[in-house]
Amino acid sequence: MARGPVARQGRAIPLSLRELEARLKRAREERAHGGGGPRPRPSTIGVAFRIAVELVAGLAVGVAIGWALDRWLGTGPWLLILFFFLGAAAGILNVYRSAKALELSGGSDAPPEDESRDRER
Amino acid sequence: MAESTEHSPLDQFRISRFVEIDAGGLDVSFTNSSLFMVLAVLAVTVFLTMGMRRRALVPGRWQSMAELSYEFVANMVRDNVGHEGRKFFPFVFTLFMFILFGNLLGLIPYGFTFTSHVAVTAALALAVILGVTVVGVALHGLRFFSFFVPKGVPMLMLPLMVPIEVISYLSRPLSLAIRLFANMMAGHTMIKVFAGFVVTLGAATFGIGGLAPLAINVALFVFELVVAFLQAYVFAVLTCLYLNDAVHLH
Repeated sequence: MARGPVARQGRAIPLSLRELEARLKRAREERAHGGGGPRPRPSTIGVAFRIAVELVAGLAVGVAIGWALDRWLGTGPWLLILFFFLGAAAGILNVYRSAKALELSGGSDAPPEDESRDRER
Repeated sequence: MAESTEHSPLDQFRISRFVEIDAGGLDVSFTNSSLFMVLAVLAVTVFLTMGMRRRALVPGRWQSMAELSYEFVANMVRDNVGHEGRKFFPFVFTLFMFILFGNLLGLIPYGFTFTSHVAVTAALALAVILGVTVVGVALHGLRFFSFFVPKGVPMLMLPLMVPIEVISYLSRPLSLAIRLFANMMAGHTMIKVFAGFVVTLGAATFGIGGLAPLAINVALFVFELVVAFLQAYVFAVLTCLYLNDAVHLH
């Protein structure tokens, strides 16, 4: 898609057929290989916030399940305590996964021009 | 002047009922939130149908924008779900455009940002997660639930890992909903707070002191435009990732 606007800017000038052929070929290859369009570059604070939300969401769901089960079964605070820890583990798992996904798609080690390909996860 | 001191920056999120409708004890009134959802749907429809009306081989500006948004989401679906994801494109596209236009409409002065309400974002997130689960079960049957059994984990650990995986799965709609609503709400509150500073500081210093917060507000507004787009993108891309999990188990 990065090439789209470029192609359109030159609409007044007739493109040579060979150039068009090359561009078509590139587009087809991209389609076949699932090559990427541009991805918005995530801001650092955006990434931080996203990962923080993952952690809290896991914990909140765990606590909610524990609390609801306790109310339903009348088992005192025990299920709440158990699910608090399970929820915390789930939250950490969420964080681990989203951080790994970020790293896989070009983290800090990637060259600068690759950073725009960071996946929002 | 009196307004800035009496009204809180959170007033912009107040729901007001335009048409009171009561459906068997359920309050389904037509509110300002509903109005802006309708406006968002209308705006998307006009944007796309009017943009593609001429269907020129060499697109004009408007058609370019319509095509660009199509291509953007089509690439996103293909990159994240693969070719099997093609049939989910309409869903992801609708979701993306609805949230994007909702976010952008909210930035127009006197507009209402329905995506800043957790009720709206939670409903969207629940639709996504239920839809994804249904897709997973439809494609894989009961085998879908092997999703909750991580690979390469000893049998002894399974009673511990399966609940953790289930909680992790259930936390997805929550994080989807919270991320969108919190981003929109925080941004809009910040803009209103700084707008309040413009008035109060300006009044205290004959208008000079108002310039600094005004400059910050301009920057914040641009930042909010980016956030409006980015959050719609994040919502759509996470939907794609969840679809990918459901389509290709593990």
